[in-house]
Amino acid sequence: MFEIFGIPSTALFGQLLIGLINGSFYALLSLGLAVIFGMLNIINFTHGAQYMLGAFAAFLLLQHTGLNYWAALIVAPILVGAVGVLIERAFLQWLYKLDHLYGLLLTFGLALIIEGVARNYYGSAGLAYTIPEALQGGQNLGFMFLPNYRAWVIAASLVVCLGTWFVIERTRLGANLRAATENPTLVRAFGINVPRMIMLTYGFGVALAAFAGVMAAPIYNVSPQMGSELIIVVFAVVVIGGMGSIMGAIVTGFGLGVVEGLTKVFFPEASNTVIFVIMAIVLLVRPAGLFGRRA
Amino acid sequence: MERVDPAAVMAPPAQQTRSLSEPIAFVVMVLALVIAPYFFYPMFVMQALCFALFACAFNLLIGYGGLLSFGHALYFGWASYIAAHLAKVGTISFPIWYGSPKWHWATIPLPPLSPELAILGGTLAGGMLGLIAGTLAIRRQGIYFAMITLALAQMMYFFALQAPFTGGEDGIQGVPRGKILGVIDLADPTNLYVTVLVIFLVGFLLIYRIIHSPFGEVLKAIRENEARAISLGYKTDRYKLMAFVLSATLAGLAGSTKAIVLQIASLTDVNWPMSGEVVLMALVGGLGTVFGPVAGAFIVIAMQNYLAQIGQWVTVIQGTIFVLCVLLFRRGVVGELANLLRIRL
Repeated sequence: MFEIFGIPSTALFGQLLIGLINGSFYALLSLGLAVIFGMLNIINFTHGAQYMLGAFAAFLLLQHTGLNYWAALIVAPILVGAVGVLIERAFLQWLYKLDHLYGLLLTFGLALIIEGVARNYYGSAGLAYTIPEALQGGQNLGFMFLPNYRAWVIAASLVVCLGTWFVIERTRLGANLRAATENPTLVRAFGINVPRMIMLTYGFGVALAAFAGVMAAPIYNVSPQMGSELIIVVFAVVVIGGMGSIMGAIVTGFGLGVVEGLTKVFFPEASNTVIFVIMAIVLLVRPAGLFGRRA
Repeated sequence: MERVDPAAVMAPPAQQTRSLSEPIAFVVMVLALVIAPYFFYPMFVMQALCFALFACAFNLLIGYGGLLSFGHALYFGWASYIAAHLAKVGTISFPIWYGSPKWHWATIPLPPLSPELAILGGTLAGGMLGLIAGTLAIRRQGIYFAMITLALAQMMYFFALQAPFTGGEDGIQGVPRGKILGVIDLADPTNLYVTVLVIFLVGFLLIYRIIHSPFGEVLKAIRENEARAISLGYKTDRYKLMAFVLSATLAGLAGSTKAIVLQIASLTDVNWPMSGEVVLMALVGGLGTVFGPVAGAFIVIAMQNYLAQIGQWVTVIQGTIFVLCVLLFRRGVVGELANLLRIRL
C-alpha cells in the first residue's frame, strides 16, 4: 500500500474502479440512445425504464424459471428488446413526421407507466440479486482489491460497445444503417426495407439498455427507480459527447465515469453534480459537444 | 425547401383579426374562479391556481417560443425554497472566499420577511436561475435543449438535497403566512384566496400581454422558422433568452406563492417528476393556447387529489395521458375545443 496525493492507493483505485463501472453503464446507455436517435430521430426517454426492465427480467427469470445469470444475460435483452419492437410498432412509428419533442413526451409517458407499474408491484425497496458463482471473490493486485464481478462488467461492456461500433462503422449492415440515417428515401429506393430496419434498430438499442440492466442487477439493488436518475445523468453525458459519433459516446461514457469516481476521492460533496458541471462548461466552450458536428 | 403560399404571406397578421373569444373566455374564467371556493375545497382551488400559473409560465416557452424545457421544477422549487426561507427565517448566509485556504460564511441578519417580500425574493431568485440556466441551454436546439434543462434542474436538485437551509428530506415546514404590508392578514381564508387569485390573474394577464406584444410575435416567428427570423435581422438568441427568463420568473412567482399558501417547500417541488407534471398540464390543456395550461393544471391537480388513494397508479395514469395526448389529442382539451368552435382560446 502506498499513497498518491495524500490519498491511500486502495481508496484511489477503488473509486477509480467504481468510476469505470459507472462509466460502463453510461457508455452502454448513451450508445443505445445515440443509435436510436440516429435512426429514429427520437430521444428515448424510456431508456432508463428499459434498463430497469432488464434488471427485473433477470430477477424474475431467476425467481420463476430458475434461469441463471448467464442465461439472463442473453434472454433478458431479447425479451426487453422484443417489447421495444412492439413499442416502436404501436407508438413510435406514428411520430416520425412530427416535431422531435413529441417523441420525447411520448417516451417520457411510457417511462412513467413502466416505472409506476413496477413500483406498484415491487415497492420502492430494492431486491437483491446475487453475483453468479463463477465471478464471486476477487484478485488482490497489491495496490488494490479487484472483485471479479466488477472486472467482468467493465470487460463485457467494453466488448459490447466496441462490437457495436464495429458493426455500425465497419460492416455492410452498418453501412446500410448509416445510409438510411442520412437519406431514408434513397436507401428505400435501393430496395432496402427501411421501416423494418428502423424497428430493429430500436429493438437493438433497447436490448443494449436491458443488457446493462442485467449487468447492474448484482451491483446495485434491483429497484423500480434505478433507471430514472441514471437516465438524466446519461442525458448530460450525451450532451457532453454529442450524439453524432458512436465512438464519441463510448469514450465520453467511460471518461465521465472515471472523472466522477475521482471526484468522489478528492471532493466528495460534488460527486453527484460533477457531470452536470462539466456539461455546463462544455456548453460554454464547445456548444456542439466534444464529438459533435455543428448542425 | 418549403414552398411558400403567396396568399399566406399576403394575409393580414393574426393580431389584426381581433376576436372576442379570448376576452369572453377570460371573463368566464374569472367568474368561475370567484365562485369556485363556494363549491370546492378552497385549498384545492388555491393549489391549482399556483400550478395553473406555473403551467402558463411553462407554456410561454414551449407554446410560443417552441422551446421545451424539461427542468422547470428548478425555478418553481427553488423559488419556493427561497420564499419559504425568507418568510420563516429571513437570515441570508452565503460563502465567500478571501483567498485564505478556507471559505467563510457571510451572514446578513434579516428578520423573517412579510409575505409580499418573501414572494418577491423567491420570484427574483427564479428569474436569476432562469438567466443562468437559459444562457447555457439556448446554446443548443431542440432535443438537446430539453436534455440540458433537465440536467441543470437535476444538478440543482442535488444542491437542494445538500444545502443546509432547505432541510433535506423534511423540507421547510410551517412557513408562516404573515400579513401583507403588515395589514392584510393571510391567516384569514378569504384574504388568502383573494390574494392568490390576484397574483394568478396578474401573472396570467402579463403572459397574455407578452404573447400579444411585438416581442411575442417575434417569438412565434422564431418557433415557426428560426433561420428565417435570423435572416430578417432578429437576434433570435436574445429573444429566446428573454422568453426563458420571463418564463422562469413567472414560474418562480408561482412557486413562491405556493410556499406561502401550502406553508411548505420540499424536495418534491424541485425534483424531475415535477418538471414532467408541468409539461403534462400544458399538454393536456393545449400547448400554445392561452387558457389550456389553466385547464390542464386543474385537471392534473384534481386527479392527484381525488385519486390519491390509489397510490402509484396515479403515475401510471399520468403516463397513459401523456401517450394518449401525443398520439390522439395533440391540441389538448382547450385546443380541441377552440378548433371545434373555430375560435381562438
